[in-house]
Amino acid sequence: MAGRRDLIVFGLLVLLYAVVFWSFGAAYSTRMLVEATCYALIALGLTIQWGYAGLFNVGIMGLVAVGGFGTMLVSYPTNPDFLASDGPALLSSVLFRLVISGLLIAGAVNLHRFGVPKAIRTVVQIFVIAGCYLWVSYGLDSAARHIEDTAGFVGGLGLPVWLGWAVGALFAAIIAYVVGRICLGLRSDYLAIATLGIAEIIKHFLKNADWLTRGTLTVSPLDWPVPVPNDIGFVAARSAFLAVTAVLVVVTYLLLERALHAPWGRMIRAIRENEVAAAAMGKNVEGRRLEIFVFGAILMGLGGAALVSFARIFDPSGFLPLNHTFLVWVMVILGGAGNNRGAIFGALFVYLVWTLSEPMALWLFDLARDWGDTVFGWQAPSDLDSRALQMRVFVIGLTITLVLRFAPHGILPERLGNK
Amino acid sequence: MEEIVFFINKVLINGTVIGSVYALGAVGVTLIFGILRFAHFAHGDLMTVGAFFALVLTSLAVSAGITAPIPVGFVVMPVAMVLTAVLAIGLDWGFYKPLRDKGTRPVVLVMASIGVTLMLQGLVRLFAGPQARSFYFAENKDIFRIDIPFGDVRRQLTVTEPQVLLILFTALAVIALHWFLTRTRRGKAMRAVSDNPDLARVSGIDTAMVVRTTWIIGGGLAAAAGTLLSLDVVLKPDLSFNLLLPIFAAAIVGGIGQPYGAIAGGFIVGFAETLSIFNWAIFLRPFRDVWPQAIDMPRHLAFVPTEYKLSVPFFILIAVLIWRPTGIFRGRVF
Repeated sequence: MAGRRDLIVFGLLVLLYAVVFWSFGAAYSTRMLVEATCYALIALGLTIQWGYAGLFNVGIMGLVAVGGFGTMLVSYPTNPDFLASDGPALLSSVLFRLVISGLLIAGAVNLHRFGVPKAIRTVVQIFVIAGCYLWVSYGLDSAARHIEDTAGFVGGLGLPVWLGWAVGALFAAIIAYVVGRICLGLRSDYLAIATLGIAEIIKHFLKNADWLTRGTLTVSPLDWPVPVPNDIGFVAARSAFLAVTAVLVVVTYLLLERALHAPWGRMIRAIRENEVAAAAMGKNVEGRRLEIFVFGAILMGLGGAALVSFARIFDPSGFLPLNHTFLVWVMVILGGAGNNRGAIFGALFVYLVWTLSEPMALWLFDLARDWGDTVFGWQAPSDLDSRALQMRVFVIGLTITLVLRFAPHGILPERLGNK
Repeated sequence: MEEIVFFINKVLINGTVIGSVYALGAVGVTLIFGILRFAHFAHGDLMTVGAFFALVLTSLAVSAGITAPIPVGFVVMPVAMVLTAVLAIGLDWGFYKPLRDKGTRPVVLVMASIGVTLMLQGLVRLFAGPQARSFYFAENKDIFRIDIPFGDVRRQLTVTEPQVLLILFTALAVIALHWFLTRTRRGKAMRAVSDNPDLARVSGIDTAMVVRTTWIIGGGLAAAAGTLLSLDVVLKPDLSFNLLLPIFAAAIVGGIGQPYGAIAGGFIVGFAETLSIFNWAIFLRPFRDVWPQAIDMPRHLAFVPTEYKLSVPFFILIAVLIWRPTGIFRGRVF
């Protein structure tokens, strides 16, 4: 199965990581590997969305953040202040209002069944939706203020971490289902715009909902599914964590390979290549697309949950479109969209380069500063270091455009046909 | 009366200002969408780069001792527009045209435009640094305060000079665009390509020229919008990311490929934003005396908290995609 190209590419990757292990030490390198495997999960999610089905998702950051939020909410210890206060009662009253509003809106949307004329229907719908929105948001507002004043924030549920990862993946799946239901039937550009928007909104929400996430104050320390470094030391703990994420990546990979070579995988690719023909063959195009969008989102949520658990801190401002969306895109299109091994290789390789590019950029700019100073007497701006890191943004953009133009199939291209 | 003046200041003036910016951006997006058939994600960054060009030119002009009765940034703006138009053509030539010639799917072009976005962002921050910058080196921003001539009103209508310039410029640009698209050969050729590219090509229309013109209009208007917005507030390198979503929402609300729709969409999104973050509790204040004691009078009654402003264009977008995917002006759905 594995071609010569795969062997060479992965051999070089192992060599590269060996060099990193040797020069930076085991603690640093295991950390990098854990994060790279988390990114590999996210990249596998994107490769099934974009590579298998051609779905254009630029809102990965939002799904990653939701995954992290899910694991934080489930695994963080409970907050006794919150449980003792009126908070839970207030929140359940908000939930009650939400349910009533949902029923009212569902009724208003289905008014046509009772023979109400269209003009009246529209007016009623707008008023019902606006009224319910104000009612619920007013209740939520006062509940949030009460919780922030009395308890700080709601705290977690104090449940095991693996359950948190599952809930994170579930949250991501729910969001993907809603977005997919609305946008998947339309042109792919619209999906791009919508996912970009929803990612920003999720981030804004997590950042500003102090009652739920403590916002910019961040939540830490989060628990690990394995013993934490304080108990057994950095290298051992990180290696244990690495074992968990590596097993997740391998299991996902095996399942995906199986699915891709099954009739289901061929059907997905047929839909991507020629939607009309696939529909004419009786395939449910929209249903399959929604399915794959949700599957991809589950992997993204899981990867995000693992990433946030590993960092041990939930910081909503730390989710950046650059790190959590476009970096993943580079991984997938450089590695080879539609090829699972390509996605894993891309994730491991690009993350290595990305991590090392930070000291490299600083070093380069230091060099430029010295050189400019001695040769031209150029006074470098004082914030040169923060500007130097912006160079990485430029390089990511350049990589995307160059790969699309000169190597659109990536390093390990998608293999078609039954070989 | 006080409340109505406050409403005009907060909603009408701000809505017109931000709506003008969105409209100028959305015209470019919708023209590019209509003619090149892809969503140009780098449009927000064309705005930032255009504003950055204007900033550099302004500092050069100020150090050369040039002063003007209007802000220097506005005087040098045409040059910045030309530079940005040239940059836009260069970007097309370097990054989009090769992909188009290879016949790749439009969605790959979208990805390429995201790559361009990141490159432009990186360059702007590399040269300008991440902090906010003001256009006013030597002069002050003029603020006009207009007294209400009737009634007993203490609050004044306030509007800044760049806001007036922005609104005037937008009005002029709309008229010029209308004249261009309906009265000139080139404008008619653009509409023809937008309607049916194959038919346009076989009728002998120079498609390359049409593409160039599209980038000139899009780039020029983007630079103007970015400059005028930064003149009114400050130039921030992350300006573009927050503008992208409203601009796309405006283009889709107006109907893809419909320049007039984009203008209308820009103002719809702009007013929707200011209306939804406006504190409606202001209008309850005159009834303070007759308000029943039993109920607390709400102090803050906005549809959306200010920090969630970005969700307004998003929900408009979703609503339009659900109920009328062609937009209000019956644009295309590809």
